[in-house]
Amino acid sequence: MSVQPAAPPEELQRKDFITPNDVRWCPGCGDYAILNSLQRTLPDLGIAREDYCIISGIGCSSRFPYYMQTYGFHTIHGRAPSVATGVKVANPDLSVWIITGDGDGLSIGGNHTLHLLRRNLDVNVLLFNNRIYGLTKGQYSPTSPEGTRTKTTPSGSIDHPVNPLLFALGAEATFIARTVDNNPKHMVETFKAAHAHKGVSFVEIFQNCVIFNDGAFDDVYSKTTREEQLLKLEAGKPLTWGKDNEKGIRLNGLHPEIVNVAEIDSSELVVHDPNQESPIQAQMLANLTYPDFPTPIGVFRQIERPVYEEQVADQIKAAQEAKGTGTWQELLHGKSTWTVEG
Amino acid sequence: MSSSTSAFQEKKAAVVRFAGDSGDGMQVVGERFSDTSVTVPNSIATFPDYPAEIRAPIGTIAGVSAFQVHFGAQTVLTPGDEPDALVAMNPAALAVHLDDLAEAGLLIVNNASFTEDNLKMAKFESNPLDDPELRKKYEVLDIDISGLAVEALKDSELSMKDKLRTKNFFALGFTYWVYGRPLDPTINFINDKWGKKLPAVADANIKVLKAGYFLGETTEITRNRYMISRAEVAPGIYRKISGNEALALGLIAGARKSGRELTFSGYPITPASSVLEALAGYKHFGVKTVQAEDEIAAIGVALGASFAGGIGVTATSGPGMCLKSEFMGLACITELPLIIMDIQRGGPSTGLPTKTEQSDLLQALYGRHGESPIPVVAPNSPSDCFRAAYDAMRIALAYNTPVILLSDGYIANGSEPWNIPSEESLPDISRPLAKEGDPYLPYKRDPETFARTQAIPGQYGLEHRLGGLEKDEMGAISYDPSNHQEMTRLRAAKVEAIAKSNPELIIRGNKTGKLLVIGWGGTHGAIASAVDGLHNEGFDNITSVNLRHLNPMPTELGALIKGFDKVLVPELNTGQLAMIIRSKFLVDAKSMNKVQGRPFKVTEIQERILEVLKD
Repeated sequence: MSVQPAAPPEELQRKDFITPNDVRWCPGCGDYAILNSLQRTLPDLGIAREDYCIISGIGCSSRFPYYMQTYGFHTIHGRAPSVATGVKVANPDLSVWIITGDGDGLSIGGNHTLHLLRRNLDVNVLLFNNRIYGLTKGQYSPTSPEGTRTKTTPSGSIDHPVNPLLFALGAEATFIARTVDNNPKHMVETFKAAHAHKGVSFVEIFQNCVIFNDGAFDDVYSKTTREEQLLKLEAGKPLTWGKDNEKGIRLNGLHPEIVNVAEIDSSELVVHDPNQESPIQAQMLANLTYPDFPTPIGVFRQIERPVYEEQVADQIKAAQEAKGTGTWQELLHGKSTWTVEG
Repeated sequence: MSSSTSAFQEKKAAVVRFAGDSGDGMQVVGERFSDTSVTVPNSIATFPDYPAEIRAPIGTIAGVSAFQVHFGAQTVLTPGDEPDALVAMNPAALAVHLDDLAEAGLLIVNNASFTEDNLKMAKFESNPLDDPELRKKYEVLDIDISGLAVEALKDSELSMKDKLRTKNFFALGFTYWVYGRPLDPTINFINDKWGKKLPAVADANIKVLKAGYFLGETTEITRNRYMISRAEVAPGIYRKISGNEALALGLIAGARKSGRELTFSGYPITPASSVLEALAGYKHFGVKTVQAEDEIAAIGVALGASFAGGIGVTATSGPGMCLKSEFMGLACITELPLIIMDIQRGGPSTGLPTKTEQSDLLQALYGRHGESPIPVVAPNSPSDCFRAAYDAMRIALAYNTPVILLSDGYIANGSEPWNIPSEESLPDISRPLAKEGDPYLPYKRDPETFARTQAIPGQYGLEHRLGGLEKDEMGAISYDPSNHQEMTRLRAAKVEAIAKSNPELIIRGNKTGKLLVIGWGGTHGAIASAVDGLHNEGFDNITSVNLRHLNPMPTELGALIKGFDKVLVPELNTGQLAMIIRSKFLVDAKSMNKVQGRPFKVTEIQERILEVLKD
């Protein structure tokens, strides 16, 4: 296909990232809003369009690359992290975005996600969590709550679900965030923060599947519930929410408890600090779930650690400084040869 | 038998096998013997045979490790059918290897290790050294190797344990005496290895090596010494190389010549791990290695690197091939360059992980979902692995396709002298990427090769999406029935077109005759030796070929087969190539099969050839 050459990075606009292909998600799917938000994010990052690479696995969300006017690779189920690792190792200058889902990234590809996170490649992982298998028409997923009734679980699922953020924390991801598909502004903010982080960025996105799991997140993020149920994390600010920020969280020993802000000394409130080395606060936040607690969104954790592909390059550089860049003679002859005269 | 002590019997070739406990250092001395022999020069081939367990209990049959070297004054293509001399460092080694020893062969035994406990572990009911039959059948030299080694070190400060560890060099020194080999190369090796860090160890090993040699010289323990004189070896600069080392070098050379950056990703598996280990030592050549979390990720990393403009390679063995097969399908439909190396071993499942077999041929050719043709290249000797890896890269880049390289444990671990090619003799295998500014159709094909042109992330204005869904020429997803049929045809036609670019088949013998022997991969040495031997005996109606390219098959093979009355296909499986030859060429090909974890013997191939000729 002939591509309309892109504008220079500083002049890129959303339209530069839209492909002529028809978007084939179901009408009303949360994926549209996420696509829209990423297309709004990328022009603002100061990166040339040809330096973006979108890599996905299999599933509804993984059709994403076909709708982005960038380089893209729609790979196989669960394996996008490995392909992205190869891409990033081969060319560390690319901005790589992995698009995955709860089944793709946490079930069939759980192992690869774990290793991508612990290695700390400088890539961004957007995990669309709709708590269902959509593309295969509605089987329960590893994030479906216990008791979920689907075609494969007519009596209700008995699997305990995986919490994507606790998984990422366990793998010691250096950037962990959550956002929601019905808040484009928050998505764009979160994507920009993910991009700005040097190292792996893991972003869970609550994404509504309008066909097979409609309303899965309504208890926490609908127009009527979000004020009381969503806790927006902001670095340096106390954990408060509610119509007038009247509710807060303090720690009782190691256990969080909900308090009425008016009734306590404000110093008792937990102040959000995503940059602390200890994962304990992030762990506590990732454990806050409906209905006992509000559901946090925003950046849970952001720490520094050496980046994998940079270390690959550094080791090569160090070896070349010590030994030179290698000659044909050295390669072919090795350490010990003998000559047979003619 | 001559009665003079130092007279040498002249022999054309000899086979020596060192066998002992896996902690006895048999691989080390086997390597030393080989390295010394190439300086003569002799033509050599070696075969290490080590247990699957890292350290099986000392003295047990499971813990026996061996190294065989075949060295000759004439060209040697295999590690030899049966040893002329066997060094057995303990009863278990004797139990495992005695049956292989040639009639009237030389048996050198460390009798110090024939204790009651060790005999029991080797399942001997009585001491076999006391059996007069043994001495009738073989020339037995039972030597207190341990005791003499310790005795040679009576002035050394080393601990008793460390003194005993030198006994392998005593055995080596004695074997050098038997075959009249120089000590200097080994002394230099010892000094290089331990001289600086552990001078006492270096000193002790040299002393013991010499003590072993002098034992022969001074005690007249045996009257038989053997001389294998200089081989007529093609002039050139040589090094000794194992198959897996040669694969690593071939990849680096290919990457350099093609201008692609090599990214190799593997997951530890025997017998493929040493390719990753070797490449990890070539960082200064710009080689990037990734030890992946599993076999699937390893090929995924490699494919990602190729997509990004490098050349991705992965290596594994049979079970790992199964795990990689889904990704091979993706590489096939996205038409990206990629090399998958399968170092075959005994299967199925964990099978015989350290032993050789050729049983992944059908898997390599057909073991995938969908219609997914992939070229298959099979090196035929340790040093040929260099060319095969280089050739695999040529095909991958020229045709934008995954390529499977089928090696096996036998040539991976075996080593032989390699007449080092010059850089200039390596063909240019670089391929241009799509041009920035030109319109880009991801699946537009070259009319001759049917290959598409690759554009890579970072190239301005060539943004496109690849993926597992069927595409049309424009690169757009297409569910159109006729498009799928056409793309399926084109992918197959592309692989078939490779045949034109492959090297010609090397035919050993006349182009017509009574019997054509068709082999592939690592059985080349045994088949060629068998056929050469029969040619020397006047059987000029037998011809053999070794298929280095299994997909596509050499174009001339069909016509060649027609020139013979019979076809025999020896292979280390239960008849996989034979099945393909039968179905592809409608010929009543006979099979010769072996699945014992061991390579063919030359003699057994000759016997089978004569049998087929008679039928």
